[in-house]
Amino acid sequence: MSDTPRTSGGTTGQAGAPQRSLMQSLELDMRLLGMIGAFVLIALVFNFFTGGNFLSPRNIFNLTIQTVSVAIMATGMVFVIVTRNIDLSVGAVLAISSAMMAMMQARWMPGWGVELGSPVMAPVAMLTGLIIGTLIGAFNGYLIGYQKIPAFIVTLGGFLVWRYAGWYLTSGQTIAPLDGTFILFGGAEGTLGETLSWVVGGLAALAAIYGVWSARQNRLRHAFPVKPLWAEFALGGAAVATILGFIATLNAYDIPKGKLRRMFEARGEVVPDGFSQGHGLPISVLILIVVAISMTVVAQKTRLGKYIFATGGNPDAAELSGINTRLLTVKVFAIMGFLCGLSAIIAQARLQSHANDIGTLDELRVIAAAVIGGTALSGGAGTIYGAILGALIMQSLTSGMGMVGVDSPLQNIVVGSVLVFAVWIDIQYRKRTGVK
Amino acid sequence: MMTVDRTGTPLVEMRDMSIAFGGIRAVDNVSIDLFAGEVVGLLGHNGAGKSTLIKMLSGAYAPSHGEIFIEGQKAEIHNPRDARHYNIETIYQTLALADNLDAASNLFLGRELVTPLGFVDEAAMEAETRKIMGRLNPNFQKFKDPVSALSGGQRQSVAIARAVYFNAKILIMDEPTAALGPQETEMVAELVQELKNQGLGIFLIEHDIHNVMKLCDRAMVMKNGARVGTVDVDKVTDDDILGMIIMGKKPPSAY
Repeated sequence: MSDTPRTSGGTTGQAGAPQRSLMQSLELDMRLLGMIGAFVLIALVFNFFTGGNFLSPRNIFNLTIQTVSVAIMATGMVFVIVTRNIDLSVGAVLAISSAMMAMMQARWMPGWGVELGSPVMAPVAMLTGLIIGTLIGAFNGYLIGYQKIPAFIVTLGGFLVWRYAGWYLTSGQTIAPLDGTFILFGGAEGTLGETLSWVVGGLAALAAIYGVWSARQNRLRHAFPVKPLWAEFALGGAAVATILGFIATLNAYDIPKGKLRRMFEARGEVVPDGFSQGHGLPISVLILIVVAISMTVVAQKTRLGKYIFATGGNPDAAELSGINTRLLTVKVFAIMGFLCGLSAIIAQARLQSHANDIGTLDELRVIAAAVIGGTALSGGAGTIYGAILGALIMQSLTSGMGMVGVDSPLQNIVVGSVLVFAVWIDIQYRKRTGVK
Repeated sequence: MMTVDRTGTPLVEMRDMSIAFGGIRAVDNVSIDLFAGEVVGLLGHNGAGKSTLIKMLSGAYAPSHGEIFIEGQKAEIHNPRDARHYNIETIYQTLALADNLDAASNLFLGRELVTPLGFVDEAAMEAETRKIMGRLNPNFQKFKDPVSALSGGQRQSVAIARAVYFNAKILIMDEPTAALGPQETEMVAELVQELKNQGLGIFLIEHDIHNVMKLCDRAMVMKNGARVGTVDVDKVTDDDILGMIIMGKKPPSAY
């Protein structure tokens, strides 16, 4: 990330396009830059106070896997908030999806003769969680879109209903152990290893370069103005450097000796002397990346995305343009529900058990992440990458303060203040630039 | 002014339209027709029921009673999509633009151009938008900005472009010049004339009597949800029309 200013700084003085400022040439979103700036600042400050521990590969790895669950749901919350709705039930929907999946693994499927470790166990359990999440989301959307009950009320009700429906399902018990394959989706237990991580990173870098190139080709084909070539190279270079830097960092965090020994023992082998192995990209992070790309494509490249933003900008105009805004509400909440189910898989796998308090307060973290990421509660504006950055900023603050030794009441005070402050900054920014 | 041929089947015929909102009859048994190449003005005070009548044609409201015929065939219009299917396009008084989206996204809202893979083709939409705006409003340059950043006239031209682009046969214009300066009003007047010559039928809701006399072939006046009368504009004076609007008094040539 630190490459961006250096690369572009060197070219500021060039007289290639004197009428255009540096920022205009790059066509960068100021808000995105602000968020990245805030994130870098937070990281550097904590890194200083922890004596370099905050930006160690180990902590970056942990930070990433802790962020995934909230970040996945935050991308769905963007759509919800953009359409002028809210979802207070995401933590509760996560909890009941998790309860269903835990019951599947520990009680129901063994009752059908499928034991832990069976290859069908994890897929069936996950599918159950995803279906439950999607159905509850769609039901919320139906109540909001077709029955015209305000989203705040429907999901406030759901906030109480679903977590405690889950409580009855499990009789309030903590359920463990879970299926071994299932646990791979939690983070540290399931990583791609060094080689495969480099492959994924390489593919992602190629995809980024292709994205920049094809966008340029598309504009050239219609004879629209394009960015200067150096700006394309700077942006593409920054993206590639970020991706590969991230992979290198995750690979640099070695699997602890004890765990490595257990892994080898499981295969009936002995760890060779001096052997070490990096974690690489966790499967859960890979899922987040896939979700982020898919949701961005939906937002920017599909009719569904267009309709979501149009409805948020002016519901009447959307309706008069022939958009079925009620069905749209169902779709948006169904997506949200699906993502809650997905997050439930990752949260449960990371904790390696289901407890009734799983995902408690997640609704607030998710909404805060979306809002810190620039999603306007008045509707019509928000980005997927912003929400993910928002989740990352929140998690960095929490775990950074934990590392520095700030006690937890003060942590909450700080996070709450940051939320209000971030929105205030955003309002000031919009006022200055005249963006609504 | 060119005389309109009204011998054949009307382009639009709305028969005995009624609609009530919570016991109030917003439109009470009103019939109206429109021929190809004709501009029919709809006049009356605020709340007379003009916009409501027209929203039944554009699919925004479902009538409690009445039938609509398009080129002699009974039309089923239950929502804005149905209306578009009959080549009915509407420029709403509020413009009905999504302020957070750019001109191209608004122009194609609900009818996006897609690539073979089914993704929205932004570049093609922008190219088409540039083409039609070049014709309607050559000064328009803000293709990348959300329409909230545009002036009243620019927003209006986006709304007009949206109605004109999709080969409308029937155009509904609800106070298209209300927010415009003199020059932009003139632009709209020229456009109405041009579209009329192309054979479109146009319903024009308009408060400015001067514009009505200049642009319309016929005018229907409404008062309290009911029809006062319809006149051929070239057979009456502006005072006759004002009398109909204010006092509900029909001049001799009215029917």
